[in-house]
Amino acid sequence: MLKIENLHAAVTDSDEEILKGIDLEVNAGEVHAIMGPNGSGKSTLASVLMGKPTYTVTEGDITVDGDSIVEMMPDERAHLGMFLAMQYPSEVPGVRPWQFLKAARDARDGANGEKKMSVRAFSKLFDEKVEEVGINPDLMRRSLNEGFSGGEKKRNEMLQMAVLEPRIAIMDETDSGLDIDALQAVADGVNQMRSPSRSFVIVTHYQRLLHYVRPDVVHVLVNGRIVETGNAKLAEKVEATGYRDYVAVN
Amino acid sequence: MTTQDRLTISRESKLDDAGYKWGFSTDVEMELAPKGLNEQIVQLISSKKNEPEWLLDWRLKAFDYWRKLHREDSEPRWAKLRYPEIDYQDIYYYAAPKSFDDAPKSLDEVDPEMLETFDKLGIPLHERERLAGVAVDAVFDSVSVATTYGEQLEERGIIFCSFSEAVQNHPELIKKYLGSVVPYTDNFFAALNSAVFSDGSFAYIPPGVRCPVELMTYFRINTEGSGQFERTLIVADEGAYVSYLEGCTAPIRRTSQLHAAVVELVALDRGEIKYSTIQNWYPGTKDGEGGVYNFVTKRGMTGDDAKISWTQVETGSAITWKYPSVILRGDNSVGEFYSVALANNYQQADTGTKMIHIGKNTKSTIVSKGISAGHGENTYRGGVKILPGAENATNHTQCDSLLVGDQCGAHTVPYIEVRNPTARLEHEASTSKVSDEQLFYLMSRGISEEDAHHMIITGWSRDVIKELPFEFALEAGQLLKVSLEGAVG
Ligand SMILES: Nc1ncnc2c1ncn2[C@@H]1O[C@H](COP(=O)(O)OP(=O)(O)O)[C@@H](O)[C@H]1O
Ligand SMILES: [Mg+2]
Repeated sequence: MLKIENLHAAVTDSDEEILKGIDLEVNAGEVHAIMGPNGSGKSTLASVLMGKPTYTVTEGDITVDGDSIVEMMPDERAHLGMFLAMQYPSEVPGVRPWQFLKAARDARDGANGEKKMSVRAFSKLFDEKVEEVGINPDLMRRSLNEGFSGGEKKRNEMLQMAVLEPRIAIMDETDSGLDIDALQAVADGVNQMRSPSRSFVIVTHYQRLLHYVRPDVVHVLVNGRIVETGNAKLAEKVEATGYRDYVAVN
Repeated sequence: MTTQDRLTISRESKLDDAGYKWGFSTDVEMELAPKGLNEQIVQLISSKKNEPEWLLDWRLKAFDYWRKLHREDSEPRWAKLRYPEIDYQDIYYYAAPKSFDDAPKSLDEVDPEMLETFDKLGIPLHERERLAGVAVDAVFDSVSVATTYGEQLEERGIIFCSFSEAVQNHPELIKKYLGSVVPYTDNFFAALNSAVFSDGSFAYIPPGVRCPVELMTYFRINTEGSGQFERTLIVADEGAYVSYLEGCTAPIRRTSQLHAAVVELVALDRGEIKYSTIQNWYPGTKDGEGGVYNFVTKRGMTGDDAKISWTQVETGSAITWKYPSVILRGDNSVGEFYSVALANNYQQADTGTKMIHIGKNTKSTIVSKGISAGHGENTYRGGVKILPGAENATNHTQCDSLLVGDQCGAHTVPYIEVRNPTARLEHEASTSKVSDEQLFYLMSRGISEEDAHHMIITGWSRDVIKELPFEFALEAGQLLKVSLEGAVG
């Protein structure tokens, strides 16, 4: 479904290379975990997949269902069913979560030649998901992410994922900074959405989340390269030994 | 008396300016007084309108005063605006649709071309199609065309009509309040307006009456080379309430057009006036050619426990010079100013407010949002004055600027004068840009770059837009979007 080949990416303004040749294939229905120390390029990889203009792909390719997406704008990638739960979601004053998500949903449905959801049908979906994700409904009366705590922002990302129902969900440290209940809620959300037609790329610094969401494949990213790939056991190994050995070698 | 030119204004070839959809002109037979300003023109306007002697006198005094200011070269130049010298003798001061020589008695008598114009503007005047819950007075080149909802208002004793009609039918009210808030000596443009105003709107809400519908005036400049000088007077008597809307558009013209209006609001004890404006006069081309020069004096005065609230969305005009103000004379009275001003391409806006606290426990709120894009220049100029008698006065000012691109400018010029130690003033100011992070966030959810910009900008303006009546809020959102086209993406 999602294929990354020899991906090199640099900071657009400075040409500083951050991703130094990444290969990765995520099939439909799979959950991949990407682990790595701080500064290894995890967020950069997640952002490059979503088309953030801060970074430029200098070599290699990213394909979805065999078609290259490297030239696509972030909104076009979203229309393909890609989604990125951000590590640091922006605050957008004066824009309500409902309004934001309705616009997002309409834009995608429009781009795919589907009928827009009626306000009523969308509101019903929205309210259901608010309850499912367990986000405080009072927050929905505020501006998007404005005055949300770190954990609330993460839950809000989960809400968006649940409402937009992506085919390829990329989660950038959605688990960090969460207490155990919130972590459980995120895991429940992922497990519920797991399906043979949906793939996840879960970026995480700790393996905590992986106790609750069992990944099919685990990759260790260090200094812009994937240095080891394995099954769920690899996460346990990393938990036991940390990243020290990798960092020393790479 | 001067002889009058009679001519037909014909549709001129369109300038290339697809962005401004209100830019059509209308084939209506017009009656024009010759260009130029002199005593005869003032007399002509007054006699055309069959005005009483005292009003002609008032106009002539205003004209004298203006002539003096003009001679002394005291056209105000303190605003941060640059525009070529205005030739006051090269302007038509009277332009009226010819078919209204005998004012229409009903809509059936209104020129069909004119009705179509207002339909295009989204202001249907036909009874069956009119806006729900909004009484409309349409002013076309300074002449009131039609007022809807007349009967329902009459039942409650509410007067809502063109200014000229009010002069004929309610001269005592006009005589009492005209110039009571903005005297003709107030400033250069107020003096000019007082001399040559041709029409405008008048509303009077009797004591204790809550006006059941929004009152709306729709202003349209059509004739090329004509100035527009309308005069609006709204009086909320004791305990009365009214919400009033004002919309403005103009055709695309290569030459600039002068608009110098005066609005006076009087809220007597416990009265409340909510005044909302969507100003979308033609802003000129992308390269800064043409566009309306908008010099407006708007001011209200409060009685005890009264409230006046100004809300404005200013997206149009090449030049905007406008400071809707409140003289808080009554004790416990409240003044509010909510503004979004957008300057794109080569537009220049110098706008803000003055809150003058005279009464005890008076309270004012200022929320100003300035958006600059392209080569636009946006200045907030605001004054808060607390006079010695204003015990326990409070003011809160919030003044935010948003920059789109790096060729534009935003400036804040606050004037504060406090002459009573019990006053409490707060001032917050910020300047921001639409951040790349925000844009990426919205786009990553499937929203296009243009829509993302629009969503961020209208969201940022929300504190002001939410003050507008519902239909107007939607229109304001649309307008911001259209006005920013080309500046983003
Ligand atoms: N926009 C940027 N400009 C300059 N350096 C950047 C930028 N984005 C990321 N980097 C650098 O790239 C490296 C990887 O960052 P990041 O992808 O955020 O790491 P991680 O998410 O794994 O902690 C870091 O050294 C970081 O400083
Ligand atoms: Mg990171």
